[in-house]
Amino acid sequence: MSGRLLRFVWMLAVGIFLAAPLTVVAGVSVNEQQTLAFPPQGLSMAWYAAIFTDDEWRAALFASLILATLAAALAVSIALPLAWFLWRRQAKWARIFQLLGVAPFILPPVITALGFLSFWATLGVYGARWTAVISHGIFFTTLPLVTLSLGFSSIDRSLPEAAATMGASEGAVFRTVILPLIRPYIVSGYAFAFVLSLNEYIVAYMTVGFTMETLPIKIFNALRYGYTPTMASVSVLFVVIAAVVFGLVARFGDLPKLLGALTRE
Amino acid sequence: MKRTPPKSARDVAPIVYPAIMLVVFFVIPFGTMVTVSFFKRNQGAFYTPDFVLDNYARFLTTFFGGVLAFSLFLAIMVAIVCVAVGFPFTFFLVRLKRRAQIAWLLSLLSVLSLSEVIIGFAWSTLLSRTAGITNLFVALGLMDRPEAWLPGFGAVLTGMVYQALPYTILVLYPSLARLDWSLLEAARTMGASPLRAFFNVVVPVSRNTIVATLIMVFVFALGSYLLPQILGRPRQWTLSVLITDQAIYQSNMPFAAAMAVFLVLIALALVGLTTLIGRREAEA
Repeated sequence: MSGRLLRFVWMLAVGIFLAAPLTVVAGVSVNEQQTLAFPPQGLSMAWYAAIFTDDEWRAALFASLILATLAAALAVSIALPLAWFLWRRQAKWARIFQLLGVAPFILPPVITALGFLSFWATLGVYGARWTAVISHGIFFTTLPLVTLSLGFSSIDRSLPEAAATMGASEGAVFRTVILPLIRPYIVSGYAFAFVLSLNEYIVAYMTVGFTMETLPIKIFNALRYGYTPTMASVSVLFVVIAAVVFGLVARFGDLPKLLGALTRE
Repeated sequence: MKRTPPKSARDVAPIVYPAIMLVVFFVIPFGTMVTVSFFKRNQGAFYTPDFVLDNYARFLTTFFGGVLAFSLFLAIMVAIVCVAVGFPFTFFLVRLKRRAQIAWLLSLLSVLSLSEVIIGFAWSTLLSRTAGITNLFVALGLMDRPEAWLPGFGAVLTGMVYQALPYTILVLYPSLARLDWSLLEAARTMGASPLRAFFNVVVPVSRNTIVATLIMVFVFALGSYLLPQILGRPRQWTLSVLITDQAIYQSNMPFAAAMAVFLVLIALALVGLTTLIGRREAEA
């Protein structure tokens, strides 16, 4: 009995710790006046509207959405053939590319960011918007690579084997057997990369920080000059986007399995 | 379909594109950075190709030593707090019903994906005088008047624990989900209290997991860049902040690159250590 109580208290405490700052931000975001007050004084949705009506915030929102959409697509386009090759072929040398795909995520992000900064500066394209897409695409390749490797490892190898025996070509096997099986893993890999790209600060800042404001960059710049309630409403919007995207992943995929709990049913 | 070695150019073709992308846009940038770390810095201008060790020699100053020591200390503190809180939490989490687990995992992922800027902003609000938690304490009669709890070391540590805790739990989750529960049941049958069973059975069998997680969270925390700036004083700035400051504001790329290379070496050494521990665990 005491064990249950301890579990309840412990998990509740962690839950409160995780929810507290977000609750305050949500409260602050509906203040009527432009004040940082909690509990909120009055109730107003004006600061949510401001994300879309204020030119700068809207531009930052769209910059972030476009960046995340393209970067996640690039990350998947790199991870998919790589994961497929690693699953299909026996080649020790290919492991090095697997390592390269995971490395940007394990190292402190400032390192990848600085690598990109020196690279783009050397090429003379520092600050061009498309460099952020490539930088994020490479930086987040890890996520679809991990989900896709997991997806491939769960494929029963006798299925494509059977299709090949029946005379299907390599390409046909991939399209008709493998692709449908790993589609959920492609989607979840894309989703992870998308949400993280949306929230990423330092790589974006070091590559295009002076030419393009993504939302995290915009929030930080605004934070330096004081407080505006739009920061709070944008933060809430981001939490909602993350929750919705991961919620969809959980709805259509197996979240515990995706996160590595392979032995649980 | 068995795994076969690639025999023809057609077999190798699928990996060509990812390989080129990773080499051109990860290996070469990384190499550029390492090269720049040996370049000579020009006052006012950018830098010129050279081979000097000046940038590395600057590590030996007390200022740099202080920042490095603080960064390591902070990351260690974050790792210890996160594992101390996260390990029991994950232990409870994996025994919940599936639906409850998914709800928790969803919340953890949502918090984990949050931008450092948003986490920093959220905590600076929660710890502020006007909208902060102290207002609640005043309302409850615990304090006389609201006060600001930032900037300071406590605020930086809290923010970083907040950022790293979901990561810690998600790293621990797979191995605790695979834990052999019969061990625990055996201990309970023999009359051990739940707490005793936890400390005498679960913790010892998970020793390698705990050490590996500590290291991973440590490396994760080393990368924290915005939270020390938003929640701390310049005294609490970390190596990541210093690297960016040198690169962007002091235009001293060579020194920034040298510090980054140094950070890579620390991170790689620790990740290597984790792999070694993992291998030992696999053998055991």
